[in-house]
Parts: sequence; structure tokens; C-alpha cells
Amino acid sequence: MAAPRESQSTRSPEPMAAVAASAAGPGTRAPAALALRVVAECGRSKARACELRLPHGTVATPVFMPVGTQGTMKGVTAAQLDSLGCRICLGNTYHLGMRPGPELIQKAGGLHGFMNWNQNLLTDSGGFQMVSLLALSEVTEEGVRFRSPYDGTEILLSPEKSVEIQNALGSDIMMQLDDVVSSTLTGSRVEEAMHRSIRWLDRCISANRRPDQQNLFAIIQGGLDPVLRSKCLEEMTKRDVPGFAIGGLSGGESKEQFWKMVTLSTDQLPREKPRYLMGVGYATDLVVCVALGCDMFDCVFPTRTARFGSALVPTGNLQLKKKQFAKDFQPIDEACTCPTCQRHTRAFLHALLHSNNTAALHHVTTHNIAYQLRLMDAIRTSIMEHRFPDFVRDFMKTMYGDLGRCPSWAVEALESVGIPLN
Amino acid sequence: MKLSLSKVAQGYRLGTLNNLGRKGDRTMEFPGCLLYTRTGSAPHLTHDTLQVISRVPVMTQLTLSSLAEHYEVLEEYKEGIGKFIGMPESMFYCSLHDPVNPCPAGYVTNKSVSVWGVGGRLEMTAAKFMSVQQALQPDWFQCLSDGEALCGEVFSAKRARKSVDRSLAFLDECLKLQEQSEVLRSCVMIGVIEGGDILEERLRSARETAKRPVGGFLLDGFHGDAMTKETRLQLISAVTAELPEDKPRLICGIGQPDEVLECIEAGVDLFESFFPYQVTERGCALSFSFDYQPNPEDTLLQQNGEKEEGEIGDCIDKVTTTKRVPETSFEINLKEKKYRDDFGPVVEGCSCYCSPSTDPCKKAHNPCLLNCTDTVARGLLGT
Repeated sequence: MAAPRESQSTRSPEPMAAVAASAAGPGTRAPAALALRVVAECGRSKARACELRLPHGTVATPVFMPVGTQGTMKGVTAAQLDSLGCRICLGNTYHLGMRPGPELIQKAGGLHGFMNWNQNLLTDSGGFQMVSLLALSEVTEEGVRFRSPYDGTEILLSPEKSVEIQNALGSDIMMQLDDVVSSTLTGSRVEEAMHRSIRWLDRCISANRRPDQQNLFAIIQGGLDPVLRSKCLEEMTKRDVPGFAIGGLSGGESKEQFWKMVTLSTDQLPREKPRYLMGVGYATDLVVCVALGCDMFDCVFPTRTARFGSALVPTGNLQLKKKQFAKDFQPIDEACTCPTCQRHTRAFLHALLHSNNTAALHHVTTHNIAYQLRLMDAIRTSIMEHRFPDFVRDFMKTMYGDLGRCPSWAVEALESVGIPLN
Repeated sequence: MKLSLSKVAQGYRLGTLNNLGRKGDRTMEFPGCLLYTRTGSAPHLTHDTLQVISRVPVMTQLTLSSLAEHYEVLEEYKEGIGKFIGMPESMFYCSLHDPVNPCPAGYVTNKSVSVWGVGGRLEMTAAKFMSVQQALQPDWFQCLSDGEALCGEVFSAKRARKSVDRSLAFLDECLKLQEQSEVLRSCVMIGVIEGGDILEERLRSARETAKRPVGGFLLDGFHGDAMTKETRLQLISAVTAELPEDKPRLICGIGQPDEVLECIEAGVDLFESFFPYQVTERGCALSFSFDYQPNPEDTLLQQNGEKEEGEIGDCIDKVTTTKRVPETSFEINLKEKKYRDDFGPVVEGCSCYCSPSTDPCKKAHNPCLLNCTDTVARGLLGT
């Protein structure tokens, strides 16, 4: 009997890029925990729509992954996230590895059990927090040494330790521990960090005890130096990892430098593996970086800005605490289908935001997450329907009023991939 | 509104209120409680998370103190508070004050009562009060009343008498204003029984208020520590004995389960449900069993860890001036280390938001959340 063939639709010119698990013998690769299928490509820009199959289900890309710290989405429950259509979100290793601690999480049935989240989870290595808490940390070849702010004990976060924690958490995608330096830093430290990240990648790969259930992603470093970044790309793509993240950006660098590094990276990353651009979340940035070839994104922005009463809309954001909304009886966004917009007006949210009832923050957080997910959905549909460039132009016009007022970095970036804005 | 009693025994009542609501088609069972809200929303909970609870009270309590400052907005909105806060299906009772936040004493005059919103003090004359109610359009509302019978920390007969006089005067004035407004005529006025700890004032207040065409009665001024428990219950029983059987009796400021039961025995029908919110705010979870076991000898009670199930009858540890956590025997303090590893549900068999059958909320999860001051923990506990 012939083996079943993958059906060839006109939209998917190739079968799944899954690693064959049928080969026998020692030294065989473990069966893949990830498979990427490119469903549609833009044709002009580098944008693509894919299906990413992971242990906890399939994720449609481009995808925005909401961030949750401390084991839950601040203000939004796992069930609510699920009903908003979220199929993958972020768990923060640093905070969870410290408290409650990997043994406890393991007892609870991994991070999925602890959060009661049945969809996919991506965990960070814990390394990024080192940059933000630089005062506490010291980087050596061994790893990152720091003092826990919770109980004062000294901890070494090594590549092995980070992977051990993430193995206990049981996330579907784990990030390597990388030597993160600020994107505004220049000089030999950037190069040192890049090379060290490669060595740490190898150590992480060796330390992963569950490659058949958990996907370890590499993180491309190299700062804003095209030579260093290309070197990093050259080396890391030699390693057999299921996906790549573009790291070391989305710090304090200028947008001009930022987009050039993004596009350089996607040019040198394999087509059949997902590209995760870390820390990118403003709507404009998402649209542009999809055009530049990225598939996955994360950012604290939507949830963080919600906590200040700022609601995301296609024209930017609404500062709901402001007086102008006191008698505004529309929902945040007429076109939005989230629970907040289905039931509540800007006026009510304005009043609630001025009280001490935290329910107000939950409402805005729910909406902002829904907004991001809907945006990605719209992007994806436009790619599948071969009208992504028009979508981009409409999006920019709505956001900036007229195309002449778009930020120049975005104009240049889009131009570089065949989407002129005028 | 029609009140039907299905059982009366030794002062306490079991029954239903029928023909409630704008369309006259809603019912409410009593003894019962009202859903506590702050600025028109259950604390920390959105509509979705609230719906996970299987029996949300059919009537929601709003507080004038949290809504009066939005009067102009509501006037322009025109469609009433229910729709404004996104709860068009609920019935509403508007109380004057918030049972959780004590308001400063000394701001009642013959002409006005002050309420305290986020923006500060708002003076309510009868006219202002009734126009705010007109904008809110609640199903029931507590009439403007003078709830202060204390002089400093102790009751004063003189002050108690004044509180009764004033409240009756406000009642009469408000009833007159109600007559003049079609919108207000469709709302039910709840008369307020005052009188401090003076029996004859309480009786006078009850008898006089009962003469007026109110739809129900609120027993005010029985909360707090100024009265002993015995005095309180005696006075409540005396008051309810004076009130007509066919109108509901509400009480404010009473939320602890044992106190609720005592008040039911004394003839009260409806209560506020702010107690869970207070417990939540101090990081605790309610964890007592309220299953009545008719044959205790035949029943095997499951012990929930080392904590003895709070037997309703023998509640000790009342709230004292030192804020001990947990404060009552009805709750557990989730921050305690012993719960860190405990993955059992907060209460075995409970079908709330926190139960394993719907959305597991394990005891261990909460210390982490609480320690990180995560608002979801408050939300999960708030139900």
C-alpha cells in the first residue's frame, strides 16, 4: 500500500517541512516537535502566511503572542485568552523559575497545568531579564550570575540551567540562553556576546532532554553590526534547530537601524523554519516586519499600555481616562468583537478607570489583546488573498491620516520589499 | 411586586418576591443577597468571569456614593444605569453608601446628606437625590436617610431621635418628588429604619415608615461595633415585628455568614454581599462548608487539611482592631507557606470559578499570584 501523500493545493506549493521520523538506527534525530507549512506568500514583499504545528496544536502565522508574567496573563485568564482565539502565549522563565520554582511547577503538571492553559506556550530563557536588571548580574562564560531579588540568594543561570528550568516548565517552544547586550552598545562586547551566544546555543541544544516535545529556538545576535549579525546567522543556521529568533533588537536603537537588521536576518534565515522577532509589538512595526519576512512576535506593549487605561484602535490609541471620553457612548472600536466592546462604552470604562475597581484594567487588557490578534488575522488573510500590499497601504493611511505622514523608516522598509507607499 | 411566604417560623421567613423588574416578570428568592459592585462593576470581575459563577444574584447592589458623581453623564446617556454598566439583564438596588468604605460622620443636615465618591464629598438634598435616581433608573433605591445615631463612639438618644425625624422628613419629601416623575414612579422606594440603639426610637421609626407607601424596608445602623450582638438582635426582632409581612426587609453592613444567619432568625430577608470582597482584599479565600447535615452522626465530614470547617454556630474570632489575617474563621490566608504546595481546590465540591471541574484554581497558584500582586488572583478570589 502506498504511503499517503500530502495533498497538493494550489496555495501550498510544497509538502510539510517535517523531519522524517522513519529513519532507524543510532544517532537518529528525534521526531520533530514542530512543522512549518508555508500556505501563501505575498509575491512582492517577503511576507508569508504559514501553519505552525506544535505539540499543543496548530498556530496560524503571522502570529502575535501575548506575554504573561508570573504564570498568568496580568488581568486576563487562560480561559479568556483561549476564547479570544489565542493559540500561543509567552510564559516568563525568569520570574517563574525563581518563583514558584521549577520543582513546584513540575508538581503542578508543568506550566500548562499550572496555568490551566491547553494551547501552546513559549518560554523565555530568563536571560533577557538580566539586561533589564543589569545591576544584579555578571556575565561569564559559565552563565549569568545574579542575586535573586526575592530571597537574596546567588544564582547562576547557565545555558544548562535555563534549559533545565524550561524542560520542567514543558513549554512548546524554548529559547536558548543568549548573551544579551543592549542594542545601543558598540565595540568588542557586542562581538564577544555574539560568539558566546553561539557557544551557549550548542550547550542548550545538548542540554535539551526533550527535543521530541519541546522546540529549542536559536536567537540571532550581533547587535546593529551587519558583519557580526551575518556571521551569527551563518553559524547558527548550521545548527539543527527547529526555529530562529531575531534578538538583540527592539531596545533603544533607531528604527532605521532596526529594520535593516531585521531584513538582513530574514534574508539569511531558512525559508522553511519560523522566524520569531522578539519584543516587537506596536501595530506599525508588526505590519512592516511581516513584510520583511517575520512570522512570530511578542511584546508587553498591549498589556502594559492597558494598565494605564490606553486602548488600541486602528488610528492609534485612546487614553480612556481623559475627560473627552466621559460622555462617549461608543465602544472602544465599533468593529471589534471582543467582550469589552460587545458590552461596554468608552464612557463607562472612563468612569470605571477613575474608580479603584481593577475590573477596568481587565476590560482594556482584554480589548488590547483582541486588537493585536485581530490585526494579525487581518494581515494573514490579506496575504492569503494576495492583497497584502493594499492592506499595508490601507493600514498606514488609517494610522497616519495620509501616506505622507508615515514614519520614514517604515516607508523605506516597505519600499525595500516592493511596497511603495505613494 | 408581590411577596409570597412559603415558610415562617419563629420570626424568620422563607419566600419569593414575584413580579419584579420593569416588565414585572422577575422573581427573587429570600433569604438572599445582592451582588456587590463598586462603580457599577463587581470588584475585579468582568461580565465573562462573573458568569462562571453558577448563581449570580438576580439583583445587583449599586451605591449612590460611587455613581452620583457621574450624574451628568447618566443624564445624557438617558438609558439608565443597567445598560450603562453593561448589565442590562440585571435588577438594581441603589443604596446610599458603600458598606465597605465608612463615610465620615457629621455631614448630615436637615436639608441634605453627603455621600463620598472618588472625587470627594457630594451633598444630596432630596431634590438632587431624586434627580440622580431619575438618571440611574434603578428598580429599588434606598431613600435618602440620616444614618448617624452616634455621638462620637456611643449612641446618643438625642441624636437617634433626630436621625428618625430627619429620615421621615426626607422620606416624605422624596415620596412627593417621586409622585411628580413618571420615571421615578416605576422605581420602588425602600424606607429606612433608623433609631440607633434606642428601642422606642426604633419602634417609632418602624411604625411611621410602615405608614408610608414604600416598597420595602432597610434596617440601617446595625453594623459596626457600637452595639452589642444581643442588643442588635433584640432591636432587629422588635423592628421586624412592626413591619408588614408582605414587604421585604433589607439590612446593610452585615456580611459575615454567622451574622447573616442571626439576622435571618430575627426576620431579615435580604443582605449585601460585600464580605467576599473584604476577604479577597486581605488575600484570603472563603473556605467554610455551608452544607447543612441533618444527620451529623451518619455523615462523614471531610476535613480540609488542618483547618477545621467553620461551623456556622461557633464562629469566634470576629474582626477586632488588630488586623489579623485571616480575620474570621470562615477564611484561609493563601499567603501562608503551608498552601504553597497545595494543589487542591480551595473548597472541595464548590463549583465556583476556582473549582477543578471548571477552571482549576489551586491553592498553590494563588500565593505566587498574591505575592506578585497580580490582579487576576484578586479576580479569582473575588468570586
